[in-house]
Amino acid sequence: MTVPTTDRSGGFAGLAADDRVAARLYTDPEIFDWEMEKIFYSTWVWVAHESEIPDAGSFKMAHVGLQPVVVNRDRKGNFNVLLNRCRHRGASVCEVPKGKANGFTCAYHSWSYSLEGNLRGIPYPDGYEGVIEKKDLSLQKLRVESYNGLIFATFKTDIEPLEEFLGDAKIWIDRFMKQGAGFPVKVQGEHKFRFGGNWKIQLENTTDGYHFPIVHRSWMASVDAETADMLSFMTDEKAVTHALGNGHSVAVMVPEHVDLEEDDGSEELQERFRHIIDELSETMPQEQVRRIVRTMHGAGYNLNLFPNLSLSMSFFRVLRPISVNETEIQHMALGLDGGPESVNRERLRIHEHFQGPFGFGTSDDSEAWDRVQRGAVANPDMPILVNRGLGREETVEEGWKTSHVTDETGMRESYAMWKRMMSDDN
Amino acid sequence: MTTEAPEEAEAIDNRPAREPFDLGLGNLSDPRVVRAIELIWLEAQLLDDKDYEVWQTLYTEDAKYVIPVEPNVADFESSLNMVYDDARMRHMRVTRLVQGYSMSAVAAARTSRTISRFTVQEITENTVTLRSAQVLVGFKRDKFQMLGADLTHRIKIAGDDARIDLKVIRLVNSDSAVNASGFLL
Ligand code: FES
Ligand SMILES: [Fe+2]
Repeated sequence: MTVPTTDRSGGFAGLAADDRVAARLYTDPEIFDWEMEKIFYSTWVWVAHESEIPDAGSFKMAHVGLQPVVVNRDRKGNFNVLLNRCRHRGASVCEVPKGKANGFTCAYHSWSYSLEGNLRGIPYPDGYEGVIEKKDLSLQKLRVESYNGLIFATFKTDIEPLEEFLGDAKIWIDRFMKQGAGFPVKVQGEHKFRFGGNWKIQLENTTDGYHFPIVHRSWMASVDAETADMLSFMTDEKAVTHALGNGHSVAVMVPEHVDLEEDDGSEELQERFRHIIDELSETMPQEQVRRIVRTMHGAGYNLNLFPNLSLSMSFFRVLRPISVNETEIQHMALGLDGGPESVNRERLRIHEHFQGPFGFGTSDDSEAWDRVQRGAVANPDMPILVNRGLGREETVEEGWKTSHVTDETGMRESYAMWKRMMSDDN
Repeated sequence: MTTEAPEEAEAIDNRPAREPFDLGLGNLSDPRVVRAIELIWLEAQLLDDKDYEVWQTLYTEDAKYVIPVEPNVADFESSLNMVYDDARMRHMRVTRLVQGYSMSAVAAARTSRTISRFTVQEITENTVTLRSAQVLVGFKRDKFQMLGADLTHRIKIAGDDARIDLKVIRLVNSDSAVNASGFLL
């Protein structure tokens, strides 16, 4: 076990040990620049959920690392991720956050591009005769692959396929989507906020069960007893964190909601959903009502997908690095596509209660993350500890390193990946 | 000097004169409107003072307090909001803000807000609906923060008693990044 120092003779890898990392990882702008290069421009980065671009021509703006992209669905149903940069003199070709279009026309000199990014038209083309070929000037296209509704893009043509990168996280993605209770999962709105801290502070937070009862004490006090009880996982031995490989990890907070299709009937439906139970019971069989109501709080866990997405109980949490000490977060509320209106509304209310800039939970998380950044400036060589639970970590049948949900197994997994990618010299 | 100049000046000014202040259906000197504005300014002061327990007494029991995300949304219930509070949520929010366990509330910015640009949207027998503009300046840990919003207040008036029945806060940056806050708008 080495204590990291500013000495870079060991390269970036020397700044991260198995159980601790130098605080400099949050504060050094040079490290941030390399992270964009070696991580965000070198691996699969989540850009959209299919439900955000439902039809041919639907698009949304997004980012891969610092670079602006447009994600769209073309007429063949394929997803395209295009750099939002005109091939003429570099203007952005799209400044509408989301919508529908036949293609993108640059507002500067009107070069126009198809949904696939092909350059279709140039006004007054005679000046370009013998100078350019349109086919050479498509918008730059990233490699795109999707898994179970999640669309990822990468600048790299030579890395492993998405499914290989996701590996064992796929099982957990599949389980997560079961909260649709038979309906597809859809994004039904999002909150956006920024905090004054490094992106890895939030990456760590997703599988940090340890902070929950402390930071979220005021939220816990505000919810009904059943919800509070559901989330009292601090001493629950079945509440565990698994390291899933490739930087991914999962923190199980509500063990009985890991697989929402497994229902032995012993769990009582929460009284707070009485109005919904009564309404749905009028037209639906009891099992279906049960299935829907049991999914109201989402899946029983937070799944952290390195480097920028987490499937967090009932919502997507997306992180976007802005600079070494600023990060933007999106909290996307999920609902049942085609499901009962009342259920989707209830899910919105649950989301609003915790999430967003004025939510009972997010504001306190954000305050904590700000403080980490402020504190980490003090002796940036002094390590950040991610060693909680090392003594009780074991490897389960599936081959996943596992410890209690309040332990720092997930963070260790993220930093192991960080270390691997940052020290990779290709 | 030529004679052309005055003609040109006249030509520039030949637009029809604007109607004298049209403030909607009402008028700012209406006593009900004056009462509503007083209430809105009192609310602003209580919020800047973080006197949330008194603040919530300004609301009717059925009141809604809303900060939507999408700029033009009207159906708040079917949309995601930053805040969509009925009486129950409002009470819980106040408890959270004052009990001392929320680190963001304890460390909240000091704020000073200005509300002006009142226009009357509607006056009925017992309600006055006003629109206004709010500029809030916050200060926390050596940094200033500014938030601009368009406000709508519907005030219920019964005799001497006036209470807020609806407050909608449309932040100018509502659909962009809005920083987390330990105070109320
Ligand atoms: S920069 Fe886009 S057309 Fe000129
Ligand atoms: Fe949290």
